[in-house]
Amino acid sequence: MIDLSTNYLGLQLRTPLVASASPLSHELSGIRRLEDVGASAVVLYSLFEEQIRRENHNLEYFLQAGTESFAEAVTYLPQSHDFHTGPEEYLAHIVKAKEAVDIPIIASLNGATLGGWTDYARRIEQAGADAIECNIYFLPTDMNASSLEIENIYLDILRAVKLAVHIPVAVKLSPFFSNTANMAKRLDATGADGLVLFNRFYQPDIDLDNLVIQPNVLLSTPQDLRLPLTWIGILYARVKASLAATSGIHQAEDVVKMLMVGASATMMCSVLLREGPEHMRLVERQLEQWMADHEYESVRQMQGSMSQLRSADPSAFERAQYMRAVKGTQYLRQDDRRWSYARAD
Amino acid sequence: MKRKFKTMDANEAVASVAYRLNEVIAIYPITPSSSMGEWADQWASESLPNIWGTVPRVVEMQSEGGAAGAVHGALQTGALATTFTASQGLLLMIPNMNKIAGELTPTVFHVSARTLATHALSIFGDHSDVMSCRTTGFAMLCSNSVQEAMDMALIAHAAALESRIPFLHFFDGFRTSHEVNKIEMLNEDDLRALINMDRVIEHRQRALSPDHPVLRGTAQNPDVYFQAREAVTPYYAVCPEKVQGVMDAFSRIVGRAYRLFDYVGAPDAEEVIVMMGSGAEAAHETVEHLVAIGRKVGLLKVRLYRPFSVQHFLQTLPRTVRKIAVLDRTKEAGAAGDPLYLDVVNAIQEGAKLNLAEQPASQPTVLGGRYGLSSKEFTPAMVKAVYDNLASRSHKDHFTIGIQDDLSHSSLSYDPDFSIEPESVIRAMFYGLGADGTVGANKNSIKIIGENTDNYAQGYFVYDSKKSGAMTVSHLRFGPKPIRSSYLVSKANFIACHQWIFLERYDMLSSLVEGGVFLLNSLFGQDEVWDHLPRLMQQQLIQKKARFYVIDAYQVARDTGMGSRMNTIMQACFFAISKVLPGEQAIEAIRKSIRDTYGKKGEEVVQKNLKAVDETLAHLHEVAIPETSDSTIEMPAPFSAEAPKFEREVLGCIYGGHGDDLPVSAFPADGTFPTGTAKWEKRNLALEIPVWDTKTCIQCGKCAMVCPHSVIRIKVYDSRELAGAPATFKSTDARDKEWQGLKYTIQVAPEDCTGCAICVDVCPAKNKSETRLKAINMEPQPALRASETANWKFFLKLPELDRTKIKLTSIRQQQVQEPLFEFSGACSGCGETPYLKLVSQLFGDRAIIANATGCSSIYGGNLPTTPWSKNAEGRGPAWANSLFEDNAEFGLGFRVSVDKQTEFAGELTKRLAGQIGEQLATSILTASQKDEADIFEQRARVAQLKERLKTVDLPEAKQLLALADMLVKKSIWIVGGDGWAYDIGYGGLDHVLASGLNVNLLVLDTEVYSNTGGQASKSTPRAAVAKFAAGGKATAKKDLGLMAMNYGNVYVASVAMGAKDEHTLKAFLEAEAYDGPSLIIAYSHCIAHGINMTTAMSDQKLAVDSGHWLLYRYNPERSLTGENPLTLDSRTPTKKVKEFLQQQTRFQMLAKSEPEDAKRLWALAQHDSEIRYRMYEYLAQRNNEQPSKTEAKAEEPQGHAVGTR
Repeated sequence: MIDLSTNYLGLQLRTPLVASASPLSHELSGIRRLEDVGASAVVLYSLFEEQIRRENHNLEYFLQAGTESFAEAVTYLPQSHDFHTGPEEYLAHIVKAKEAVDIPIIASLNGATLGGWTDYARRIEQAGADAIECNIYFLPTDMNASSLEIENIYLDILRAVKLAVHIPVAVKLSPFFSNTANMAKRLDATGADGLVLFNRFYQPDIDLDNLVIQPNVLLSTPQDLRLPLTWIGILYARVKASLAATSGIHQAEDVVKMLMVGASATMMCSVLLREGPEHMRLVERQLEQWMADHEYESVRQMQGSMSQLRSADPSAFERAQYMRAVKGTQYLRQDDRRWSYARAD
Repeated sequence: MKRKFKTMDANEAVASVAYRLNEVIAIYPITPSSSMGEWADQWASESLPNIWGTVPRVVEMQSEGGAAGAVHGALQTGALATTFTASQGLLLMIPNMNKIAGELTPTVFHVSARTLATHALSIFGDHSDVMSCRTTGFAMLCSNSVQEAMDMALIAHAAALESRIPFLHFFDGFRTSHEVNKIEMLNEDDLRALINMDRVIEHRQRALSPDHPVLRGTAQNPDVYFQAREAVTPYYAVCPEKVQGVMDAFSRIVGRAYRLFDYVGAPDAEEVIVMMGSGAEAAHETVEHLVAIGRKVGLLKVRLYRPFSVQHFLQTLPRTVRKIAVLDRTKEAGAAGDPLYLDVVNAIQEGAKLNLAEQPASQPTVLGGRYGLSSKEFTPAMVKAVYDNLASRSHKDHFTIGIQDDLSHSSLSYDPDFSIEPESVIRAMFYGLGADGTVGANKNSIKIIGENTDNYAQGYFVYDSKKSGAMTVSHLRFGPKPIRSSYLVSKANFIACHQWIFLERYDMLSSLVEGGVFLLNSLFGQDEVWDHLPRLMQQQLIQKKARFYVIDAYQVARDTGMGSRMNTIMQACFFAISKVLPGEQAIEAIRKSIRDTYGKKGEEVVQKNLKAVDETLAHLHEVAIPETSDSTIEMPAPFSAEAPKFEREVLGCIYGGHGDDLPVSAFPADGTFPTGTAKWEKRNLALEIPVWDTKTCIQCGKCAMVCPHSVIRIKVYDSRELAGAPATFKSTDARDKEWQGLKYTIQVAPEDCTGCAICVDVCPAKNKSETRLKAINMEPQPALRASETANWKFFLKLPELDRTKIKLTSIRQQQVQEPLFEFSGACSGCGETPYLKLVSQLFGDRAIIANATGCSSIYGGNLPTTPWSKNAEGRGPAWANSLFEDNAEFGLGFRVSVDKQTEFAGELTKRLAGQIGEQLATSILTASQKDEADIFEQRARVAQLKERLKTVDLPEAKQLLALADMLVKKSIWIVGGDGWAYDIGYGGLDHVLASGLNVNLLVLDTEVYSNTGGQASKSTPRAAVAKFAAGGKATAKKDLGLMAMNYGNVYVASVAMGAKDEHTLKAFLEAEAYDGPSLIIAYSHCIAHGINMTTAMSDQKLAVDSGHWLLYRYNPERSLTGENPLTLDSRTPTKKVKEFLQQQTRFQMLAKSEPEDAKRLWALAQHDSEIRYRMYEYLAQRNNEQPSKTEAKAEEPQGHAVGTR
């Protein structure tokens, strides 16, 4: 019997196969489905800080727009409703998800500023989430903001959330730091229970017919695997936080590679959106098969085995290898398929 | 149970009693009563129980007639039922009121008394509506203040049950219904104690029931009707005593004592005023003042007006009275006296006959007077003038007070400076814009003061007649005693101006007392502001030794994320300066109220408001006032000197805020006013205006088409016309092939634009080098004002393109047609007005418009001005509003009348052919008038005819001369909103559709009662939250178009300009061309949807793309050629309805308040849309089986209807 279990954020998971934040967790039925196909945990779709703010702002704005101006229509909409503003809907979703499935539910909080986070995190914990994934989605466009200032925002947010809750907190990172390892170290020191590598970054497209910027989110391609693979390999055993890989994990081999460089959990999203949640069951079967074929007994056995610290050639993760790669091989052609799932993380 | 003090208006106070005492509440919106129904609906949606622990059923009806019928039915079957209404709505209830009273059925109708529409509509308050109900048999009980409205609501319900006589409980519209005042709330124990359960059970026992069946509502003949009618007399005879009994019980329970007639003043008064309503409060104050200085005067307040108890009346009058002035707040034209006056005259006469022990020692002289029509101010100065008139030997009878009647010389003069407001009352006035939150902040301040101090507080709010850029003036009073001052503040200790732009328009400081405070929201700091004030204002500040404060609230609002809302900022300033509450306590109270008010809308909103308060005091500065004024800034005249005399002197005076000063002779006696007057108002509302980029523009015409205020105009003209153009005037070569060699200009009216930016949103052309720019872009108005005003003036002088040469089917060409609807006061970005403008462009020079009451009648015809205008020949739409409910019939009357006169003119032309020339006569009579060119030629022939007729000396020639213009085709438009078309006017609309007559019905479908503030209509879609559907509308939208198509001979189109403008244009052209009834249902976005008005045309597109709204045309003419008459013009929905619903607060707020309900209703809304699309698809695809030609002929439309009632 091959042991697929793993420990991520201190949570005992049946397998390393976790469903990352995506529209698949919008409905309870979707979460149940993910459990059915073998997901060992589900990261819920993200609660967007800006979305809540915008909705509150819009609600207030439009409820008062045009009021107290004209004698016949002092208001235009019924005014005295009690609104479930803020994260109520999301919190209720967590409660229901916890009732509906047995696997851990990891709530995802997506934002970029300090305000509101702490309170949301506390309420997410109260609603019963097993862990929180802080998706700090900071897109710096201010040329005056220094790297250090931006990095400090990450740390401030993490600190505030850690102070507010007792459940494990993971931080989902973007790949764009001057020194990702240093950033990981500082997050680790600030108390991150896990690091999730990496965010799929927002990259807009242009609609040539209408000359407008299109805010599409690209689904990952198998090639996207390389970036998290590199950094998990470098970080493994250098940080206390458990490492999760996301981006480009589409098949069992990808899972194996990630586990080997040191991931505790491997998260899938794009492939499940593309192929359907059933794909996860297939990956698990193939993983089991691969391990059997290659005589691995457990996931733990292979975890970190190919990391920089444990691999035969630590320099393979470094610049020297890059030079070799550039000279010796052709670039892989980028898969250009576009998807427009608004909330695909 | 301890009673609480709360601050609220009378509508809420009354609704809170009526709701708790009833089981069935039938409602329909009408100003100023609507909010009573809204409260009831709101509480029911929140499952609030009545005093018996059950949640009342609230049902919205299709009209007030329907509401009265439903109440009648509910009462007959044993429920406790009530309704709320006003004005014409009350008139629609009269038939049922006669029935309800005739059957001795206890109920109360609560009425916020409002002016009846006569020569003009007015939403404001007087007693003309309730006085029209004197004959119904309802008892009539009047409240004079907010506290009384709550008390009398209970007394009325209890008395109705005791007496079995239904009650009409009324209080003054706006003055009382909308006045916010601190009152002692009646609690449930009070209500239970006063309502006699035995009487409730008796009412139930009289109910219609198959378990103890009876027959009610028989038809009676001359033999018995009379006697049977007299059988109710004993009930009326004892009613007053029963009411007094209830009042006495109320006094024992609550402590406030009321009598059928209450007297205040000198016990030995010789001069007494008799009156009822809010004016009695002003009179009460004045009497106390006059008695204190030794005058022997008194006031008799009538509370129970019907049944009128002569005995109680005479017992209440002091025996010493010598002269009585009876003040009526209504005008009964042609009567020997107004109603209350006649009652008093009668009572004196009756008293003499009865020889009562308690009555005046000698027969007093009774004078009649009229005051306060349509909420005209009624002040202590006027009260004093009435007493002075009574005291005068040469007194005036049948007088008016409060106006200058230089026609019939009825008016009493009064001293406007006479004021009796005590020093202990703090009086404050706040000038704000609707959008800046001033009124909300002041309502809040009243609550804070009312609930945190022992002070009494009163607030009254004066709104604009415009929906965009509306000015509001808040009048606040605070003092240690209950405040009776039922009139505006005229001497204020504190005046605040929240908007800098008001400085050049209003003389705000004339009301400031000496040593008073002026607070100005100023762009300029404490050191610069003085130099930017108008001269008059500087002088007033110096003369009045005022304290002057400034704050840049715009800046604070921007810095704290408040946008244009400066409510909490200015509120904090008021508290800081006025010191009504100690500093820290005031700030804490504001903070608490912010949490209470905004807490449910999210922490973000709370935080930004709190931040605004925190930032405020650091930005508030006192300005040192110099000893002399040196400003050269003068206040400009309201209208330009170029305006005609009447416009300048009358309309301009109203626009400038001095309508009260106009004498009777200034006005037309029949309510007729000139059109083309909105252009004289230069409102300068827009912070930014559109600017045209000639190079990027593709000349598609879309910006002009969607412009809700007709401020974007296009002209195509010969290049020679450019001679003398201002330097900044823009012109380019016309791109249209048919306009080769001509010049093209898009010009914006800079001072009339409201800055909605819809034009920019729809502009399809993008600047190739900088894609954020389009062919039309918003830029700050102040820098452009002068140059663009000059350009606009030059543009207006350019000639119009020959209408006969414009290709109407192309928007690019059609939009050069001159709009004859311009600069309306509709909301900025209004979704209705672009359709009306289109009608005015296409058919305006020969259109007569019947306009149902609603938004379109308000922005179309609210004085001082109208957007309906005229072309250079003086032709343009003739416009009238009859009522809300009868508009289709009103317009049908136009058609029948025009047709008859045209027919007669034709007959006369034929008869006079010899005199006018056979050829001319024949060509006139046979003209097809199918298009612009035909009509142009017919006009020329008619002009020739008129010339020739002048030389014919026959009576018939004179007749024809008066009728000749009827020989040119007229276009009849019947316009209104969905409240009219789907609900109250549907019966008439249906009848007009069935008539077969050539009228065009345009339904501006906002899917809600927009004008009265967003109540649900039958057009409201499923899942929308609206007033009267506070829990989300559970049923689907009525398919009016499909119902109309059923007739087979009605042209029907469903359009949405923002989705497909060419389709809209096509539908309007086809509808008008169709020789029969046409119905256009036009999707009109609305501020009541809770949307971004700038991108609202995109919402229209989404409505169509998601299948929420269909585009189609049903043209009966197509069936004559064997085609399917229905063309479905929208494609299979490409988006889910959810995407549309998510864009609008009316749907979103349900998702936020009741997520589960929203989920269910949103799914049903999707289902509705899919089913509807499939059905229309089927109807549009099915084979058109034609009846044989002879059958078709036999089915030609005939307009007859027979009925009895």
